[in-house]
Amino acid sequence: MALKIVKGSIDRMFDKNLQDLVRGIRNHKEDEAKYISTCIDEIKQELKQDNIAVKANAVCKLTYLQMLGYDVSWAAFNIVEVMSSSKFTYKRIGYLAASQCFHESTDVIMLTTNQIRKDLSSPNQYDTGVALTGLSCFVTPDLARDLANDIMTLMSHTKPYIRKKAVLIMYKVFLKYPESLRPAFPRLKEKLEDPDPGVQSAAVNVICELARRNPKNYLSLAPLFFKLMTSSTNNWVLIKIIKLFGALTPLEPRLGKKLIEPLTNLIHSTSAMSLLYECVNTVIAVLISLSSGMPNHSASIQLCVQKLRILIEDSDQNLKYLGLLAMSKILKTHPKSVQSHKDLILQCLDDKDESIRLRALDLLYGMVSKKNLMEIVKKLMLHVDKAEGTTYRDELLTKIIDICSQSNYQYITNFEWYISILVELTRLEGTRHGHLIASQMLDVAIRVKAIRAFAVAQMATLLDNAHLLTGNMQRNGICEVSYAAAWICGEFSEHLENPMQTLEAMLRPKVATLPGHIQAVYVQNAAKLFATVLKSQEGNTDSTAAQETSQLMIERLPLFVQSANLEVQERASCILQLVKYIQKLQQKDVEVAEEVSALFAGELNPVAPKAQKKVPVPEGLDLDAWINEPPSESESEDEQPKAIFTKEETKHSRPRHIEVDEKELARRREARKQEQANNPFYIKASPSSQKVYQDTPGVEHIPVVQIDLSVPLKVPGLPMSDQYVKLEEERRQKERAEKKKKEKKKRKEKRSGRGKKHDSGPESEEDITPAHMVDIVTEEMPENALPSDDDDKDPNDPHKALDIDLDKPLADSEKLPVRSHRAVEAAKSPGEDGDAETVATQQPKKKSGKDKRDDKKKDKDKERKKSKDEKKKKKHKHEEKEEDLLRGEVHEPVVQSEGISQVAELPTSTSAEVSDLDFWLSNAPVPSNTQEAATVAAAEAPVAEVVSGAAQDSEPDEPKDTEMEETKSSKHKKKKQKKEKEEKEKKKKKRHHHHHRHSDGGGEESVQNGTVEEEEPLPSMSNYCLLAENSYIKMVYDIQGNLQDGSQVVVSVIFENKCDSFLKSMEFNVLDSLNSKLQRPEGSGPHDGLTVPFQLPPGVSNEARFVFTVQSIVMPQKLKGTLTFIVKNEESSTHEKLDFKLHFTCTSYLITTPCYSDAYAKLLESGDLKGSSLKLEGVNMPFHHLLARICFHHHFSVVERIDSCSSMYSRSIQGHHVCLLVKSSGQTVSIDAKCDEPTMLGNVLDEIKQTFSQC
Amino acid sequence: MIKAILIFNNHGKPRLSKFYEHYSEDTEQQIIRETFHLVSKRDENVCNFLEGGMLIGGSDYKLIYRHYATLYFVFCVDSSESELGILDLIQVFVETLDKCFENVCELDLIFHVDKVHNILAEMVMGGMVLETNMNEIIMQVDAQNKMEKSETFIFQSTRQDR
Repeated sequence: MALKIVKGSIDRMFDKNLQDLVRGIRNHKEDEAKYISTCIDEIKQELKQDNIAVKANAVCKLTYLQMLGYDVSWAAFNIVEVMSSSKFTYKRIGYLAASQCFHESTDVIMLTTNQIRKDLSSPNQYDTGVALTGLSCFVTPDLARDLANDIMTLMSHTKPYIRKKAVLIMYKVFLKYPESLRPAFPRLKEKLEDPDPGVQSAAVNVICELARRNPKNYLSLAPLFFKLMTSSTNNWVLIKIIKLFGALTPLEPRLGKKLIEPLTNLIHSTSAMSLLYECVNTVIAVLISLSSGMPNHSASIQLCVQKLRILIEDSDQNLKYLGLLAMSKILKTHPKSVQSHKDLILQCLDDKDESIRLRALDLLYGMVSKKNLMEIVKKLMLHVDKAEGTTYRDELLTKIIDICSQSNYQYITNFEWYISILVELTRLEGTRHGHLIASQMLDVAIRVKAIRAFAVAQMATLLDNAHLLTGNMQRNGICEVSYAAAWICGEFSEHLENPMQTLEAMLRPKVATLPGHIQAVYVQNAAKLFATVLKSQEGNTDSTAAQETSQLMIERLPLFVQSANLEVQERASCILQLVKYIQKLQQKDVEVAEEVSALFAGELNPVAPKAQKKVPVPEGLDLDAWINEPPSESESEDEQPKAIFTKEETKHSRPRHIEVDEKELARRREARKQEQANNPFYIKASPSSQKVYQDTPGVEHIPVVQIDLSVPLKVPGLPMSDQYVKLEEERRQKERAEKKKKEKKKRKEKRSGRGKKHDSGPESEEDITPAHMVDIVTEEMPENALPSDDDDKDPNDPHKALDIDLDKPLADSEKLPVRSHRAVEAAKSPGEDGDAETVATQQPKKKSGKDKRDDKKKDKDKERKKSKDEKKKKKHKHEEKEEDLLRGEVHEPVVQSEGISQVAELPTSTSAEVSDLDFWLSNAPVPSNTQEAATVAAAEAPVAEVVSGAAQDSEPDEPKDTEMEETKSSKHKKKKQKKEKEEKEKKKKKRHHHHHRHSDGGGEESVQNGTVEEEEPLPSMSNYCLLAENSYIKMVYDIQGNLQDGSQVVVSVIFENKCDSFLKSMEFNVLDSLNSKLQRPEGSGPHDGLTVPFQLPPGVSNEARFVFTVQSIVMPQKLKGTLTFIVKNEESSTHEKLDFKLHFTCTSYLITTPCYSDAYAKLLESGDLKGSSLKLEGVNMPFHHLLARICFHHHFSVVERIDSCSSMYSRSIQGHHVCLLVKSSGQTVSIDAKCDEPTMLGNVLDEIKQTFSQC
Repeated sequence: MIKAILIFNNHGKPRLSKFYEHYSEDTEQQIIRETFHLVSKRDENVCNFLEGGMLIGGSDYKLIYRHYATLYFVFCVDSSESELGILDLIQVFVETLDKCFENVCELDLIFHVDKVHNILAEMVMGGMVLETNMNEIIMQVDAQNKMEKSETFIFQSTRQDR
């Protein structure tokens, strides 16, 4: 064996390592692939060896090759081997390789579960860290389910390094295993207030990521985040929180109101651009969510716009980009405030940076008005001409269409202009957006009736000149336009000037090169045109013209009959036969025009795009039900013929070269020139030009009508749409002039010089009247269509599964699967087994058999524990209080929840949560001064050191103590941890007591820190005060803060049996307030009482502790509650109840924390604390008694004492520093106090006053 | 969320690729090529944000990059990340590399891509930002390297014993 190792390590010296491999690849530039393939062969050899070092080296090289694009999945098993090495060095290599190339379908992943679990619980934090990092990249649903519980345990690891990684990876676990979200959430929430900023940041990160997708479930966290926002100094955290608020505000406008002020303060105070930018962004989101009507609404908008303008004007392109990005958000709701910066934005359109130009384009969308639309589009058209890249040009094209068509063509005053723009856009080569232009053409022509004549004329020209576009039409997608053109010409053929010419254009052989669906439209509309032509020709005496038309159809249609496209073929042959029949009739001199046009009678109405979807399903109709028997399997073979056809189609539709007649071209050129001359927009219509028009060859037989036909293609000089701009200007000026005239008249009549507002200044939107009175036909929707917005949701979004109500209490079935030992199984009885099975079947069915077994085990385990608990309770009946005292703590309500989570889910129903939020949003005091909090500087650092020192101090590592207990309970790891925590708590408590004892008892040396020096014995003091009392029972209580958890306080209640009966079934219940809640075990309702875990024989007293969660600790609070119990003696048992009021003073949130004088001085110097003072008159006690009282009752510690002057310090569970300077002169005691939370300080001082007024 | 982190040189040769979503090796290479194509044609003094990129992306995603000497550092992120924050993060990353390699240059990245991965793992985990404090990152990296060294030392000493 030893020899083998030696041999292995010698081998290793000759192996290539990663560096050698890289060097080798660099030296083999010419035959890199060959070199690498030999390397891979070597690696394969290396992987076959037993030596793990060799294997790790090989895997390391593979990781590199993977980056170069080589598939290394064949080595997956070797990677797992290296991962499971006990050496960190190799383990790290293995996990790195795994994270680079494992994914959900890697089958060896399932082999890793146990290895990863082992690594996660490794004593070496870096083993755990590496495993977490790796897992974050390749976690699968199976791994997530199996390891969720282990990872959740790590969230409370002693090392922040592990905690933060565990917290982060939970997000991935949630994604893969959504069931874990609810059980894990309470702990995740706890981590928001972790003492370590890294962990806190990770928790914020995860919750923000969750909340971004399903914001409504996280609304109840808003107060907590608000507190973090006002207290955190970490810009990363702040940015995340502020972004989160941006997602939350749309759901709760009141939240926005609350946010505006602190955010504005941040905007003013921060120097970090990233933070400033996010603040502006969220303020914008707030403003969007708020309906107008807030007083300083416009001020905030102005602030944002102004800040953004600064960004946009900055020379840093990044800021410019972001400024524009944020500006576009404001635009949606407050276009006016952005419009004033039009100059700046148009300037950005000329920026050399494409990203910036694109952003500026976005902004244009909201900046158009009836007045400036033409101008802006003209500018964009210039850009279209200049643009070199197709992406940017396509973007321009879509933007032009977007801004013109927005809100139902609201800003278009002249549709002729718009049609011309669309026609101009068809000149773009290589654009992908032909269909976009086409659909716009169709939409406008269908919905704006007044424009049809013009549109038809334009489309006819387009069709006529289609061959000019067709050069590379196939390829560039612009050919879609001819689809629209053909359809418009056909459908509205009554408006055509020269239907014959258009018909000819539609039947040109070159049409056959167009895509099938367009050809089909051509054929169909040729038929429509044919009908129109017939109608116009039959009026004439000469019937030959009509017959010629039929002949033309019969000659041209066979081309389409041969088409490979079914649709084209079918339509063409139908129509061909029809025309042949018509021809026959014509030869018999039968008038057919009426009947033929009847084929295409009636008008097509526009239908809304989603109309079909919204047709309600009639009652009793099941669309999913089979109409016939389900078809047999062989159905799929039917697909094949189709494939053959499409193949053929591609073969046939190869472009054919058909020469365009030179004469024809010349003729058309001539015609165009003359038409131009005729265009009323070029020259005001004159009779002479009409004459010229008449002379055009081929059009003599058409009655001459004044038309506004224009040729958009290849127009020399200005593009024609510009004509409209000028025209529009003129028209508006004229209108204005007329209006002015009218007004002058009016004014003359009135003779009251009341104001000249109409004379000067830009005209308002309303003044601009559209050139045509257009009625835009709205799209049709089916009757009683259901309005629904959920059309756009993607059913495949993984985040959909995470849309889970987090406020509901946890159900038993939701607990995470926990590994448990097989030994447990032997202990249960058959009856229990059955029960367990039924529970197990309730579990989600998709789980595999193996998991079911796990679940069953889990449930059995639970079952077993329950019975054990019951047994214990029975025991209590017989045993005396010694046992009770021992177990009292274990039975604390939190612990009773024997589930997984150490801290039970907050026992709140959704409604309670919501009302809590309501309270917070409406009138609750803002937890802290925002301005100040935002600027809290590094000056706090020294204090933080002291604090963290103290915190560490309170986390003793005590694994051994639990061992004894462990044997009692199952070998549940969780439980063990719970106990550990318990232990800690006990310790902490002991420590507190220790302090108190100091102050109570011995008068020894003066202690500078922590306690008061004793000068003479102090009167005995107790912190327990009366809660309630009646003839049966007396309750006294004390409240202690929980240093580890800033939102928890522990209420210790001593129950004393005063009567001679047995008291049992005591149930302690408190009416939760908005701010404070009793923690109830998982699964119980928000109004359920907690069973006091002991019974009281006559004369006996016992203590129980209850955990409360509090949110804001700055105000004292009273909670009403009731204790119900059964009084039992030999004869009878009666139900009794006792009401009480729990008083949470601010003092009870303070924790005695030692503080050294230098740290204390620094704290005071930092200037972060707000001062307040208090004078006590007529205090009749020695100074040291006074101090002892403050220390004892109010949880302070003495920092320094000089004669009758002393400085004291305490800290709240949420980290507020409270400093007192107590001076005594005679009977007057003055207390100067400082705290970073003024409200809290005021309350503490009041309470101190109270204490001294009582004695 | 960060979708991918890429480092490549002025010629598009990948120096580090970290995808937080699975792609096949071919797609990965394609993404690298496309990203290089997009990024490399941009001038030096334009903004560091880039929309588009058909393969990796979609409308919610952005490429945020920085160009240092011969190397491009590209992060593909979605809208939950702060753009300027990511730029800072890239800076932190580069500075950390500079500290760990002592005047980092492309060659360090070429020959020690595993180390770069280890450093990155202390900053970004599973697509989420883990740590932004450079000192903390360096501390953790150093501690792990020390551990690695002690292991090889044991290994060598046992070898000598034999």
